[in-house]
Amino acid sequence: MILASTANDLFWMARYVERAESIARTLAAAGRISAIPQVTGEETNEWSSALAAAAQLNAFVETGKEPNEIEVFNYLAFDESNPSSIKSCLTQARHNARSVRPALTTETWEAINTAYLDFKKYEKAGHSLRAHQEFLRWVLDVSLRVSGTAFRNMLRDERYWFSRLGFYIERADNTARIMDVKYHVLLPEHSEVGGSLDYYQWSSILRSVSALTAYHWVYRQSLKPWLIADLLILREEMPRSLASCYQNIAMFLDEIARAYGKQGPAQRAARTTHSRLRNTRTEDVFHKGLHEFLTEFLADNNKLGAVIAEQYNLA
Amino acid sequence: MGKAAFDEMNGFGGEVRAAYSQLKAWLDDTPAELLEQRRLEAEALFRRFGITFAVYGQKDAEERLIPFDLIPRVLTASEWKILEDGLTQRVQAINALINDLYGKAEILKAGIVPEELIFANEAFRPEMIGVKVPGGVPVPIAGIDIVRVDAEKFYVLEDNARTPSGVSYMLDNREATHLLFPDLMARSKVRPVERYPDELLAVLESLAPPSASSDPTIAVLTPGSYNSAFYEHSFLADKLGVELVEGRDLFVRDDIVYMRTTQGPKRVDVIYRRVDDDFLDPLTFRPDSMLGVPGLFSSYRAGNVTLANAVGTGIADDKAIYSYMPEIVKFYTGEEPMLHNVPTYRCREDEALKYVLDHLPELVVKEVHGSGGYGMLVGPASTKKEIAEFEKKLKSDPDNFIAQPTLALSTCPAFVDGGIAPRHVDLRPFVLTGSKGTRIVPGGLTRVAMKAGSLVVNSSQGGGTKDTWVVED
Repeated sequence: MILASTANDLFWMARYVERAESIARTLAAAGRISAIPQVTGEETNEWSSALAAAAQLNAFVETGKEPNEIEVFNYLAFDESNPSSIKSCLTQARHNARSVRPALTTETWEAINTAYLDFKKYEKAGHSLRAHQEFLRWVLDVSLRVSGTAFRNMLRDERYWFSRLGFYIERADNTARIMDVKYHVLLPEHSEVGGSLDYYQWSSILRSVSALTAYHWVYRQSLKPWLIADLLILREEMPRSLASCYQNIAMFLDEIARAYGKQGPAQRAARTTHSRLRNTRTEDVFHKGLHEFLTEFLADNNKLGAVIAEQYNLA
Repeated sequence: MGKAAFDEMNGFGGEVRAAYSQLKAWLDDTPAELLEQRRLEAEALFRRFGITFAVYGQKDAEERLIPFDLIPRVLTASEWKILEDGLTQRVQAINALINDLYGKAEILKAGIVPEELIFANEAFRPEMIGVKVPGGVPVPIAGIDIVRVDAEKFYVLEDNARTPSGVSYMLDNREATHLLFPDLMARSKVRPVERYPDELLAVLESLAPPSASSDPTIAVLTPGSYNSAFYEHSFLADKLGVELVEGRDLFVRDDIVYMRTTQGPKRVDVIYRRVDDDFLDPLTFRPDSMLGVPGLFSSYRAGNVTLANAVGTGIADDKAIYSYMPEIVKFYTGEEPMLHNVPTYRCREDEALKYVLDHLPELVVKEVHGSGGYGMLVGPASTKKEIAEFEKKLKSDPDNFIAQPTLALSTCPAFVDGGIAPRHVDLRPFVLTGSKGTRIVPGGLTRVAMKAGSLVVNSSQGGGTKDTWVVED
């Protein structure tokens, strides 16, 4: 057993670091697609999409700023008034980590603390494409160091399991959101496929979850929107897919249940979602409607977080 | 600053003292550039580890480093022996004093300490009268501030019987010296301090209430991560291998303290609390405290949980009480005190007040409840205007002040502004007392005033710290 507040801090520390990574990937993908000359004349704003994927579109609109590259980048990367900016995420993660410093290995603590200390450097670097890229790469590095040190060095006990739960719940949330923002370009099999812009949109989705190469390995064919949905929702071998996240969530919840000698509502809820993902086919998803499917998933995922908090006194 | 101070390396300006011969040779061989490079390394190291503290009332400087001075301070084993014996005696007397003041109050009946000094004192907790402290040791952790003025004489400057801080720096500074100067460490016979956490754990375990099992549950209670000493709290929990809790992690039911865990309530037996008396329990003390645990004091009175240190020990920190310490030591131990007190004028006494007012430019005047170097006057270092202002404060409330002659605190070589220069220091050894007696890890926290001539060593006032060596003779 561990302090409930320790479990809570570890859960959120992992969530915030994963969220920072996810926003960095979204920004990188948006930067890439917006650099492509627009041939179709279709109106698209990748920066608004990036805001939507980070669930910050409404908040941004309220600031009254133009959704252009610099404003959106600033808002999602550096703005302290945005609780989900990369800066806020890393600051919050460091706050959580500092509160439970004894529960972390030295390496994990140093990875987070160093990130916090180095952040200023990137804030001052200005808004060149190169500065943006360097910053985003650095965020991915930070996330890698935090996860990597935890994976390699942390004792496999509740501290580890609760932090992994936060990590996977956040990850599932991000993947579902990124798809939901672009659900209109993700079409069922045999549908009429649009022009080259759609193609860029699809590759952008895959890039946001670092799955472009994985796609080619799994399907060995050009990008098809229904296969992208298949990969990111149902394929357990794809580490950012909803199915893979729930495989892990169910497993870590089972570890905790075994250690505590007690199953509960969190285990049941996770198992239910996991088996639903296992027993669903791509056609079923599209039959239900991708947007509806994802909306329901996001609600369930969110609820699982609350159920875990309730069952283990985290709140 | 008037008369020359005793330098722990060079004495009063003659030969290098034996204790420092090896260190002096090393200093002569080590170029300043290398020291500067090591100083930067040390800073980076402390930042990366997060060894920082917060200064009250400074917003933008939320987390600062305490300057770490690279050059170790050296005490010999025979000097340490004097301190060890003297500190043991003094802390045993302090424990006896606290037990007595909240028990039979024999020292008051004997007329050694005036009653009004105790009963009118904010630090005295009437709630503690008649409370049997679990384990019988109200002050398991004491930090006694020591200064020296020459080769022989050590003075106690202050007793800290509440929640003395700084022990993490004692341990981290040693670690830093190991990392930065491994060769120097390898050839110096320095007594280790690393066992401090084990000693502390043993002390806390020995004081567990009778209801606890042989493996009592211990927790460190912190005011939270915004507290200036939070790093130390988390450091200690880590080294002790116990939970670090805030008030919200604990609750009391039927006079038993529990912590909230992922598996429900778990009973807590011993709390090493780093929260002040005032904030411990809103039901007994300050009702607006958000840091405490409602019902904690009731559980404590019932003997179900040990608090280290006990409630109400701050009475021993009071600087007016301090002035009676030689008599207090004699009263409880039957021995002459081994460590000296700095001669102290109690401004509450008319004659003393008159003397103090006549001699302000040469005296140090302190508030009796003050700490951290705040609210004091260092006469020789103050302007006429400052002295005049302080005089007004003193006259309006003389009971609140004591005065002492300005001691020529010893100096130690420090690395400042790219060179070696003497700086004034003090020393805070940490004295642990469990049911099986008193133990002191050989060393302590040396605080150093980084400004030339300054006598104020407090970290809140820009003071730094040094690794403190006790070496074999």
